[in-house]
Amino acid sequence: MSTVMSELAFFIDYSRCIGCQACVQACEECDTHRGRSLIHLETIDRRDSVQTAPQVCMHCEDPICARVCPADAIKQTPDGVVQSSLKPRCIGCSNCVLACPFGVPKYDGDVDQMMKCDMCYDRTSTGRRPMCATVCPSGALAFAKVDEIMRTRQGRAVNDWQFGDERVTTKVFVLVPTEVTRVAVPVIPLSSLRRRRPPDPYDVAALLEAP
Amino acid sequence: MAKPPLPLSQLIAEYGPHLSHEPWGGWTTRGEPDRVVPTHCCFCGQQCGIQLKVKDEKIVGFEPWEAFPFNRGKLCPKGVKRYMQDEHPDRLLTPLERHDGRGFAPIDWNTALDRAAREIQRIQQTYGRDGFAVLTGASLTNEKAYLMGKFARVALRTANIDYNGRLCMVSAAAASKKIFGIDRSANPWSDLPKAKVILVAGADIAECAPITTDYLWQARENGAQLIVLDPRMTPIARTADLFIPVRSGGDIGVFNGMLHVMIARGWINREFIAAHVTGWDAVEASLARYTPEYAAAVAGVPASMIIRAAEMWGPAESSFLLHARGIEHHSKGVENCMAAINLVVATGRIGREGSGYAMITGQGNGQGAREQGQKCDQLPGARDIENPTHREHIARVWGVDESSIPHTGLSAVPLLEAIHAGRIKGLLLICFNPVVSLPDGDFIRDALSRLEFFGVIDFFMSETARYADIVFPGSLMEEDEGTTTNVEGRVIHHRQVVRPPAGAREDWRIICDIAQRLGAGDKFAFQSTRDIFEELRRASKGGVADYGGITWERIDREMGVFWPCPSADHPGTPRLYEGGRFAHADGKAHLQPIEWRPAAEEPDDDFPIVLTTGRVVSQYLSGTQTRRIGPLVDQYPEPRCEMHPRLAASLGVADGDMVRVESRRGAVLVHAQVVKTIRPDTVFVPYHWPLDQSANNCTIRALDPISKIPEFKICAVRVSKA
Repeated sequence: MSTVMSELAFFIDYSRCIGCQACVQACEECDTHRGRSLIHLETIDRRDSVQTAPQVCMHCEDPICARVCPADAIKQTPDGVVQSSLKPRCIGCSNCVLACPFGVPKYDGDVDQMMKCDMCYDRTSTGRRPMCATVCPSGALAFAKVDEIMRTRQGRAVNDWQFGDERVTTKVFVLVPTEVTRVAVPVIPLSSLRRRRPPDPYDVAALLEAP
Repeated sequence: MAKPPLPLSQLIAEYGPHLSHEPWGGWTTRGEPDRVVPTHCCFCGQQCGIQLKVKDEKIVGFEPWEAFPFNRGKLCPKGVKRYMQDEHPDRLLTPLERHDGRGFAPIDWNTALDRAAREIQRIQQTYGRDGFAVLTGASLTNEKAYLMGKFARVALRTANIDYNGRLCMVSAAAASKKIFGIDRSANPWSDLPKAKVILVAGADIAECAPITTDYLWQARENGAQLIVLDPRMTPIARTADLFIPVRSGGDIGVFNGMLHVMIARGWINREFIAAHVTGWDAVEASLARYTPEYAAAVAGVPASMIIRAAEMWGPAESSFLLHARGIEHHSKGVENCMAAINLVVATGRIGREGSGYAMITGQGNGQGAREQGQKCDQLPGARDIENPTHREHIARVWGVDESSIPHTGLSAVPLLEAIHAGRIKGLLLICFNPVVSLPDGDFIRDALSRLEFFGVIDFFMSETARYADIVFPGSLMEEDEGTTTNVEGRVIHHRQVVRPPAGAREDWRIICDIAQRLGAGDKFAFQSTRDIFEELRRASKGGVADYGGITWERIDREMGVFWPCPSADHPGTPRLYEGGRFAHADGKAHLQPIEWRPAAEEPDDDFPIVLTTGRVVSQYLSGTQTRRIGPLVDQYPEPRCEMHPRLAASLGVADGDMVRVESRRGAVLVHAQVVKTIRPDTVFVPYHWPLDQSANNCTIRALDPISKIPEFKICAVRVSKA
């Protein structure tokens, strides 16, 4: 963990999310992109589960979105926040949309540019916490001091990722079980997924048939 | 004649609900606010702190209020978007008078108030004082709740006043009063993270009380285990240590079965019981038959779950039990709550840090609005309207003869039944939308159409206001000042953020104006809501819910004050029952044996499926406000019928199909949502919508004999592809 313990950092704990969309509703209240929400709340598979997961920009130390941008439209602030595309530069090619391993940037046709979460830079740069992490009623999103999170949460805060061969370090942390030190997402052939039907832990009918 | 004066389509075109999608002035012109006012959210009993931004005397947005200790800036989507009800195009800005076939015509205030007073006097002279009734709401401030009770008893002298808390908190209230002697959550929420095991029964916390989620998760980070009882796997249940998918109405099976196991394993605190409890022996004797197998048959779950729950709850060093409407909305709602509380008292884990009990109030002022004397059987300070000493005290505060105060009147549903039967001819209603929120919707609409005079105070044309003869445009929460009492019993201060728009009037002024026309002006000479609060303090003094030592200044300074607070130097009472001292005269908790019995209407061959109802996070109660806020409507636009894939397959229904859910009383047309997260014998439809989409077309008008709460959580239906 490279962040200084007393510095404020952004944390996601997916296990806490209740899918209420307070983050989505609050994001569009942010003064830099009024009326437009830039956080993604994923419903994993409503038929099988009520599980949901919020996704803010992870603010990679070496942002892939910026690296693949042919127009050099995506800039990083000195404190490591990756910003939305610069309007005069963005050509709307969506390279960033395809390249981001977290699925964060989206091309917005209304304004003809890529828009994404900038960690509420207008707020965080003036000492306020991001909208989503302030209102989140479940604590799935938190903007807090690292030592406070270590003191009050179980598990481990990780910002080290591996997607296939790609290593990524992010400014945003996720909370994972203590034994995990890096989130590794291997390349999985689709055929193997079809073979292995995962168990169905959230089927109420199955729970009722237990002995 | 109280019927909608025009076809509904024409009324909807004129008065909505229409959707507000942007703040006043639009997203791009908002600019820096002129001021930011700390106050509270109006949507639900958590009463979160929130700051509202004001520009040019319009509310244009919000800013989290992180200093308020209960929610520390956290909000649900309703809180985030609540400001969009301000400057809404549907806002009523003039009194309206019904003209059959022509709709509602604007009239001036004096004409409207004179007509209401004239009709009240005519009806009371013709049919007697009780022939005119008042229905109110639990989203009113304490001041307004107090005023409504006094208005009914002093200005109208009718016994018939009740409120929509009758659909919400009354089962929990009755159970707590019977066992503990006080109707209030026993502990502040700050005790939750210190509990080692938490049992949540019939409370969809993620949808209905989202702010409580963080308290549960904090407890879990501290090592707590979580047990959840619900027919649906809610977001809280998904990661609980033990999820018990109890059948609706089967909760007593789980509670009594757990106690049976705890007795057998020696996990009863007999020392505590000997010192602080009456009635235990009878409870213990009654539990002999609740073997895990029998209990499991009652609850509709495997016996192993009940044993496991007992093993988690029984030996814990600290514990917290929470419940809400899921166990309360039953014709045995009081008994369900009492059986749950038995689990708390039998372990002695109450009245100390990290151990206790709470009911989760649903409505904005669900706690406070039931203490100030607008229930048909109560006077201010949670006093008993049949207790001579209580009556004497209130008569002195009001300056009236004790004998002039009416006795117990009808509760909400019997009151509507009396209207239907022609025994009540006139009604004044505020903060209540029974056309959407009461069970057996067809019957309710029919009842309202039989009134000779129906007056409604509301800021929007609710589905119920469409039936009115006169509609008075009232005020939103943020347009008036006052107090509410949150889920913990913490009295908090709502500030007046802006004034009501031209043409509308603060609710309390409307009531005082009518009272004055009825010749009771001297008893309603209030110049402000602070005047009302000061009288409320005197009225509550010495009562169970004692606000005597609470001032608005103390509330601001201390971030809320917990009642009872009898004097200015009293710190307030965040935690009740410390040292095992309960509120009955003998200081003890009074337990009773609880036997399970079936619901008023269990499934049968003709109607083989259980319908249960509830809420979604983006809507509040009958939706008068939240169905007008565009972003909240977009989040969950219309009710859906949740059903398990097995049930769906047997009905030939696929996800997204339109289905007809039909009971003996009526039907609702909704899209199916096929999910594995619900019991296969049960379907769920949320109730916030009117007309064809109203789940309450189906629900049953069966009441708990003690609390008179309707049985919203179980009735029998059949479901077919529409």
